[in-house]
Amino acid sequence: MTRDRRLSWINGLLLPLFNVLTAFIATGIVFLFIGVDPIEATKILIYGALGYDEGLGYTLYYATNFVFTGLAVAVAFHAGLFNIGGEGQAYVGGLGTALVALYMNPALSAWIVIPLAISGGLLFGALWAIIPAYLQAYRGSHIVITTIMFNFIASSLMVYVLVNVLREVGEMSPESGDFIEASWIPFVHDVLANFGYEVTRSPLNMSIFVALFFSAVVWFFLWHTRWGFAIRAAGKSNEAAIYSGINPKKIIVVTMCISGALAGLVGINELMGVQHRLFLNFNYGYGFGGIAVALMGRNHPVGILIAAFLFGILYQGGAELDFELQNVSRDIVVVMQGLVILFCGGLEYLYRPVLIRYLAPVEASE
Amino acid sequence: MSDFFLTTVLTFDASVRICVPLIFASMAGLFAERSGVVDIGLEGKLLMSAFIAASAASVFGSPWLGLIAGMFASSVLAMIHGFASITYKGNQIVSGVAINILASGLTMILTLAWFKRGGITPTLQNDERFLSITLPGVDIIDHIPIIGVIYRELISGHNILVYLAFVIVPIVWWVVYRTRFGLRLRAVGENPKAVDTAGLSVEGLRYRALLVGGILCGIGGAYISTAYTAQFTKEMTAGAGFIALAALIFGKWHPYKVLAACFLFAFLQALSIRLQGVVFPVIGEIPVQLIDAAPYILTIILLAGFIGKAVPPKASAQPYIKEL
Repeated sequence: MTRDRRLSWINGLLLPLFNVLTAFIATGIVFLFIGVDPIEATKILIYGALGYDEGLGYTLYYATNFVFTGLAVAVAFHAGLFNIGGEGQAYVGGLGTALVALYMNPALSAWIVIPLAISGGLLFGALWAIIPAYLQAYRGSHIVITTIMFNFIASSLMVYVLVNVLREVGEMSPESGDFIEASWIPFVHDVLANFGYEVTRSPLNMSIFVALFFSAVVWFFLWHTRWGFAIRAAGKSNEAAIYSGINPKKIIVVTMCISGALAGLVGINELMGVQHRLFLNFNYGYGFGGIAVALMGRNHPVGILIAAFLFGILYQGGAELDFELQNVSRDIVVVMQGLVILFCGGLEYLYRPVLIRYLAPVEASE
Repeated sequence: MSDFFLTTVLTFDASVRICVPLIFASMAGLFAERSGVVDIGLEGKLLMSAFIAASAASVFGSPWLGLIAGMFASSVLAMIHGFASITYKGNQIVSGVAINILASGLTMILTLAWFKRGGITPTLQNDERFLSITLPGVDIIDHIPIIGVIYRELISGHNILVYLAFVIVPIVWWVVYRTRFGLRLRAVGENPKAVDTAGLSVEGLRYRALLVGGILCGIGGAYISTAYTAQFTKEMTAGAGFIALAALIFGKWHPYKVLAACFLFAFLQALSIRLQGVVFPVIGEIPVQLIDAAPYILTIILLAGFIGKAVPPKASAQPYIKEL
């Protein structure tokens, strides 16, 4: 094998693998530190997430959210942008979904209402990303800072809207009324029951196919269209992009809108699929989780599907751990997310020098 | 009239209390960013320190030990940030995000493991926390109108960490603008190559800046859980680290301007608590959420270049790669 081949194996496979393993080992150490047997915990976690059909349903339901936010972060990464605002874009996207799902004519067919409500999520998610994008492109304000600020503004805005606008008269809790039934995305267990398969009820709904659809769209868009090429080129080298006639400012705005739109889809799984109403903090944690998923999945849709599934396992398995063991709560998943971001993101080059020294040393003749 | 005056004084008094963690965290961020390391992890360091300080104060029965433990915990996180972003030249923003999420998860897991309660630590007794100090002369000055009230309510009656926060700002200014370390710190954030050429260690300077930041964030976190309140509760920092980050930008990375920004943002928060349900003539009720979001909206407007321009240190967010 030539040295270049070896280097690409190291960068493409070994390094990410080692990084993920390190994050798992570090989680194991946290388990030991709080007096929990990591192997026992892993068994409970995996059984809880995959061992029976209800658990698997929950796992896939959580994974659906992570696919959306993971794709959102990844698209932005390809243009060299760090969209840390997935949390806010998901939140406001949910508002777009809710407005359609609350106020459409209830007599309309689901085949019209559901696509419209999904478009509402896409549109509002994109709108929430467009101001930070514009400011980055045309005023040079750093997108990380502005998207953080927009997360907080989003949460104030949503509290205001839920308390003062969408809350029904006489209701105490800040949540909207029920969505019209035509906007409900069917549960997978109901769909399967129509075909004669009986599975236990779970929140898993047909949104998961929307997630798969958008994964394919993102893959096609990034690697097989002119725009996708322009985005990746601008992300690799701004100067080269300008030289080949690409306008990086436009790229920033378009990419961020796509990114925000994808994050805005969290609402369809959570709201149209499960709760059928808009409520506070339905988006909680998925925006930041998306960063971990994108880093772990190396910003590729296939990697993101795998990473999202893994995080789905952790979310559902974490709930099971919470139930089974006294010393652990499901927040262990948050710790794990942090460790994944640290080792797959911040410390991604940790093993590079060692791996290169032993597996692809510079030969004397070169 | 006197009622309005007293209310005003009390609102300012509340602002001072809210301001303290913002000051410590933004000064921490000032050191990091002046050295060329973007610090998104202020929130995580505050939270971790708040938790560790409350735990240590409760276990060892001393707020001072709590403070030291908090400073240590926050510094450990700062060093992880440094290890990833300085030594391994990773993305500074990614490692900052990692620190925030890690702190959020670890505080929850450890409250359960150590105290058998999810997300809270035991309530601190009076001798386990920092209490208000009554400054000398309150009784004498109290008779003087206006000044008496201001002295009694606004200036006296805070705990030691509040006074420390207001002392630390001129010290930070002095260190950054009048000492050799400060000169090098600013140089390394603007032009690390020049510092390297002069034979100084870019990495060493950045590590030191982050360590100072870790210690300062530690004090801010300890204040929140052992002085401002009397226990740690889930996510109790509630975005203070991010408001501090906004204040840092709003104050254009200059200690006094940052202090002014911290106070402005703290005042807005104190105001939003006071204005809840108050109906004004003509404009009616101001939504509390609008005031809550004001620090972020103001910072965005500033960043957009509509009120002055915020220019960060030139080398911030760029790992320094030494040429061979």
